[in-house]
Amino acid sequence: MERTSLHNDSLLYASLIAILLLISYWFTTRCFKIISGIEDSVEDEFELSTVCHRPEGLEQLQEQTKFTRKELQVLYRGFKNECPSGIVNEENFKQIYSQFFPQGDSSTYATFLFNAFDTDHDGSVSFEDFVSGLSTILRGTIDDRLNWAFNLYDLNKDGCITKEEMLDIMKSIYDMMGKYTYPAMREEAPREHVENFFQKMDRNKDGVVTIEEFLESCQKDENIMRSMQLFDSVI
Amino acid sequence: MAAGVAAWLPFARAAAIGWMPVANCPMPLAPTEKNKRQDELIILNVSGRRFQTWRTTLERYPDTLLGSTEKEFFFNEDTKEYFFDRDPEVFRCILNFYRTGKLHYPRYECISAYDEELAFYGILPEIIGDCCYEEYKDRKRENAERLMDDNDSENNQEGSMPSLSFRQTMWRAFENPHTSTLALVFYYVTGFFIAVSVITNVVETVPCGTVPGSKELPCGERYAVAFFCLDTACVMIFTVEYLLRLFAAPSRYRFIRSVMSIIDVVAIMPYYIGLVMTNNEDVSGAFVTLRVFRVFRIFKFSRHSQGLRILGYTLKSCASELGFLLFSLTMAIIIFATVMFYAEKGSSASKFTSIPASFWYTIVTMTTLGYGDMVPKTIAGKIFGSICSLSGVLVIALPVPVIVSNFSRIYHQNQRADKRRAQKKARLARIRVAKTGSSNAYLHSKRNGLLNEALELPGSTEEEQHMTKGTSLIESQHHHLLHCLEKTTGLSYLVDDPLLSVRTSTIKNHEFIDEQLFEQNCLEGSMQNYPSSRSPSLASARGLGTSCCSRRHKKSTHLPNSSVPATRLRSMQELSTIHIQCSEQPSLSASRSSLNMKADDGLRPNCKGAQITTAIISIPTPPALTPEAESRPGPGSPATNAPGAAASVVKVSAL
Repeated sequence: MERTSLHNDSLLYASLIAILLLISYWFTTRCFKIISGIEDSVEDEFELSTVCHRPEGLEQLQEQTKFTRKELQVLYRGFKNECPSGIVNEENFKQIYSQFFPQGDSSTYATFLFNAFDTDHDGSVSFEDFVSGLSTILRGTIDDRLNWAFNLYDLNKDGCITKEEMLDIMKSIYDMMGKYTYPAMREEAPREHVENFFQKMDRNKDGVVTIEEFLESCQKDENIMRSMQLFDSVI
Repeated sequence: MAAGVAAWLPFARAAAIGWMPVANCPMPLAPTEKNKRQDELIILNVSGRRFQTWRTTLERYPDTLLGSTEKEFFFNEDTKEYFFDRDPEVFRCILNFYRTGKLHYPRYECISAYDEELAFYGILPEIIGDCCYEEYKDRKRENAERLMDDNDSENNQEGSMPSLSFRQTMWRAFENPHTSTLALVFYYVTGFFIAVSVITNVVETVPCGTVPGSKELPCGERYAVAFFCLDTACVMIFTVEYLLRLFAAPSRYRFIRSVMSIIDVVAIMPYYIGLVMTNNEDVSGAFVTLRVFRVFRIFKFSRHSQGLRILGYTLKSCASELGFLLFSLTMAIIIFATVMFYAEKGSSASKFTSIPASFWYTIVTMTTLGYGDMVPKTIAGKIFGSICSLSGVLVIALPVPVIVSNFSRIYHQNQRADKRRAQKKARLARIRVAKTGSSNAYLHSKRNGLLNEALELPGSTEEEQHMTKGTSLIESQHHHLLHCLEKTTGLSYLVDDPLLSVRTSTIKNHEFIDEQLFEQNCLEGSMQNYPSSRSPSLASARGLGTSCCSRRHKKSTHLPNSSVPATRLRSMQELSTIHIQCSEQPSLSASRSSLNMKADDGLRPNCKGAQITTAIISIPTPPALTPEAESRPGPGSPATNAPGAAASVVKVSAL
């Protein structure tokens, strides 16, 4: 009797010891994981911020764009002030742009803009990209500007604007107005607007707007031509 | 909009190219840059140290000394620089504020000196950035306390106190015994009696020598009468004291609920209960138990000792940490007690009769007391017993210093967390109010803008200058941008967030819509701030110009009553919709000083922009000087509207 009970007891003790050891092991590994996890993330963040970019010289930029020297200086100072590292990534871009539209949500439109400015598609907008985009819009001919706008609308850069792309753009514009507008924004407003747009622009009614149709229709529309001239006086 | 981002405004305006081809309506005209000056460097000489910055940097905050024309008073013609006879160290921080948009508070700086400098330069301390705000507030609070202490001691020395009522004097005497000699005497007497009472309780139980013929008695029973008299005397004093405090307390209800009063009651109750109860054998047991509560008299000392109070308070604030320690201890105790019980189950005549019985062993072992009244006999029991004592050392000895250091750390941390939470709420409120500020600014200037457009055509340049004098170029460009967006989508901005407007109690703009319709429909709740400045008798609805975009709004606004008080800046909004009518408007003094007058608004002053509009950069600019507009008779007939601006210009009719 005693032997069996002893045998039973020793089994019990062994299992108890094993459980205690397991618990302590689990605790220590958890602590290690937490500590090391924190350090890892700190290191990661540190790496990103050391990337820096310097633009080409002032003379080269002067040649490439249509800005004067002074204008380039002013632009660069403003650019560098907001982005000390010299390049803008999408998050920064969205944040900067959202400060101009306090009431709405401008992040979608900002993404489209970012893709339009980022001509080499490397995920960041450097000062050269920035300034060349601005040069086209502010100092280019009307055709240049219309081309740039077309490029903005053409989300997948395939040379034509489909209704879905236009709808995305339209929704992002309406998003910027925010919720509190008068008259209250209806769900179908962007869609109707897109329909209007296509009616005006799509000559051959094939459901897409090509660059030629776009240019042609815009040149015929007096409102658009006049609003394009607004950009002459921005800087 | 932060100051630095103002430099990106050209980019934002250029980005509007995406709206142009899809817009259904023509775009509004862009604001022209009159007197476009080349940006120039200006020199600020502060007590000999020269600072240089661009003029536009300073003009970002037109409501401060450096951003407005007030700095012209300090212009030194001979040296062509602005000379300020102030502290250059603090000026560094202030100039950085203009550059970065964030105001920092340097730790080495004296708080009152800093405040003075801020006041001189017209900067409100509330805009100190979050990184330094806590420090600033701490120092400010300490300073305020110091000032209060100084004032108090001054008052005491002078002896000229405002005549307090007898009750208030008594309460002051109780709370602060150093105020008068009588209070001090009372303080010491009560302290003495507390000590006497405690010592009596203790000595009562000491065996006092034998009465011949019976066993040894405790002193309490031998000299029962003496002890009873002492006890009575003490309780009398305590009762009188309690009743006096109750009488003098400013808020009796709160006093009764306070800890000290509960202790007082608990200390004297047993005596009265003992008086009431007869010497019944049945209840005497309970009565004896009640006497235990007499020991609570010792807690009355906490009124006399600052240290005890602090200890109690810190224990209270560390309750969660202590609770955790207790919890982990309990867990360990239960585990080991169970293990020991089962380990010792086999051995005969074991003291470990049940798991709760093993609790005692576990506690004694873990706290390394080791009384030895319960000892394991089996080998397994001894193994586990040793593990128990080792882990006891760890479980108890380690957390105790950690908790001790946690006291101060957690205490401060909690305070900081609360502060941060309050700050966060305030910061979100600030951001929201800044947003409404900028959108209010936009709506406000939209009216001015339309006014301006109407005037521009027939008007002369000086009129234009009058009109836009109040808004800076950057603001007008920003507003033009927002206006273009409105035109693209065919919608128009409203003031945000009905909730916010109620909370911040700004006035609501009338939006550029049919007021009556809208009021009836949506914003009835939120418009409630505005009732007083509208006269219900305003009935003239003007048919203003129609807008485009496949919809004809009937835009109407109210003719404000001439009884609208002009000194209330709240009515600025109202005045902005005054058209170019002949209406006698009392002139507004829209100066910087009047802006500072609105301290009662409950807004963070930084966001006065919410009230006064035109603040993109969340510090208000002087409101557009609409009085000039009002005083002019209307330019008359709408026929003067040039065809170019047809659809979007307000057609003003002189009724």
